[in-house]
Amino acid sequence: MIRYLYATELATFPTLTDTMFRDRATQFRDRLKWDVSVDEKGWETDQYDAMNPLYLIWEKSDGTHGGSMRFLPTTGDNMTADVFNHLTDGVTIRSPLIWECTRFCLAPDATPNTAAALMLGAAELGIGMNLSHSVGVFDARMTRIYKRLGWAPDVLGTQDGISTGLWAFQPDMREKMAAKAEISTLLSGQWFQNAFGPLPMMTG
Amino acid sequence: MTRRLETFLDSLTQASSLDDLQSSVVRLRDVYEVEHLVYHSVKSTGQQYAALTYDPSWVDHYVAEGFEKIDPVVQGCFQRFTPVDWKRLDWSHKSARTLLGDGITAGLGNQGFSIPIRGPAGQFALFTVNHKASDEQWASFTTEYMHELILAAHYMNERALAMEGSDEIKAGQSLSPRETDALTLLAAGMNRSQAAERLKISEHTLRVYIESARFKLGAANTTHAVANALLRGLICL
Repeated sequence: MIRYLYATELATFPTLTDTMFRDRATQFRDRLKWDVSVDEKGWETDQYDAMNPLYLIWEKSDGTHGGSMRFLPTTGDNMTADVFNHLTDGVTIRSPLIWECTRFCLAPDATPNTAAALMLGAAELGIGMNLSHSVGVFDARMTRIYKRLGWAPDVLGTQDGISTGLWAFQPDMREKMAAKAEISTLLSGQWFQNAFGPLPMMTG
Repeated sequence: MTRRLETFLDSLTQASSLDDLQSSVVRLRDVYEVEHLVYHSVKSTGQQYAALTYDPSWVDHYVAEGFEKIDPVVQGCFQRFTPVDWKRLDWSHKSARTLLGDGITAGLGNQGFSIPIRGPAGQFALFTVNHKASDEQWASFTTEYMHELILAAHYMNERALAMEGSDEIKAGQSLSPRETDALTLLAAGMNRSQAAERLKISEHTLRVYIESARFKLGAANTTHAVANALLRGLICL
């Protein structure tokens, strides 16, 4: 199932949290060879995890982490503006309608549908929160995974194997990602409501 | 996007003092015909201030009772950034019910919607709309106006930060060359796909650059952003 959790809520889910930060170490340090910090618990974290980001997490039936991503609003401090501003064409992207998405991570044993389930969760979040776009920082090698899912970002820039890109929250993406993930939008809508309640259907 | 948001935003750009901000809150309350509006800013240093339409006696009572420690709205919003309907919050505690009861006695409505905002350098603000309405009326109001209220909330925060002389906001106000190009081409009458083609970027990238510029300019929509940029001499034809 999908959970939307702020960093301050993670303590309630110790197993999920532990496996998420360990899986991040496996993916970003071990597999993609990013220059990231891993602490004595084996957790990969950075300063943005300390800013109470919102995590979108796929929780497996045994309560462990299947995949996740991390959101921060671009109106506040965020990684795209602070660290990767040179990859966004000189534009500091800042808007209440655009959130940053970073640390897209899959557990080593994630099922093929997990990536699609995460993207479905992101579509629910973006559309439900009235966002126009998300700006992401991701490994350039991930681009083909996003393409295969049918929701490729518009890449803004790439350097040293790291890309920034834009995802547009078009309403049809819910259905599209739900089909890919083989999850009903009734269910994904329910997961969203469990976290945020029945927000009004917002219109732009 | 209604004309009233544009009018409000135009007046907001003139605000230069806390008194002006207070008048803006009152004006916005009247424009949307709700009971109350509250804008409350907390800097990372703990320094805080508010512009609000609540009766001063209610504010005094709230502070005297230390309600901020048990207020479900504060608990549910502090350091977050997702809007929340008050109905979603946990009012089951006796102290929370006392707060709600006292509030309604003091003229607050039974419905509320709060929009937490993150600004630069750890700044946090909370924007709240409070109203007297049935659940159905409230759902229809929030559905219709949420998008505008999110923008209004954030613009009010931008204005407040600029008034304080926030370096981040001042630095962020100048348009980047890409944003200037995008607005210039729209001002010249091109549509989005023509402008994107001219700039050799995707249409979504163009949209994001326009959105980014729109936010810097305090504009309600693209047309309004182009007009503002022309007016301020940031682009010329």
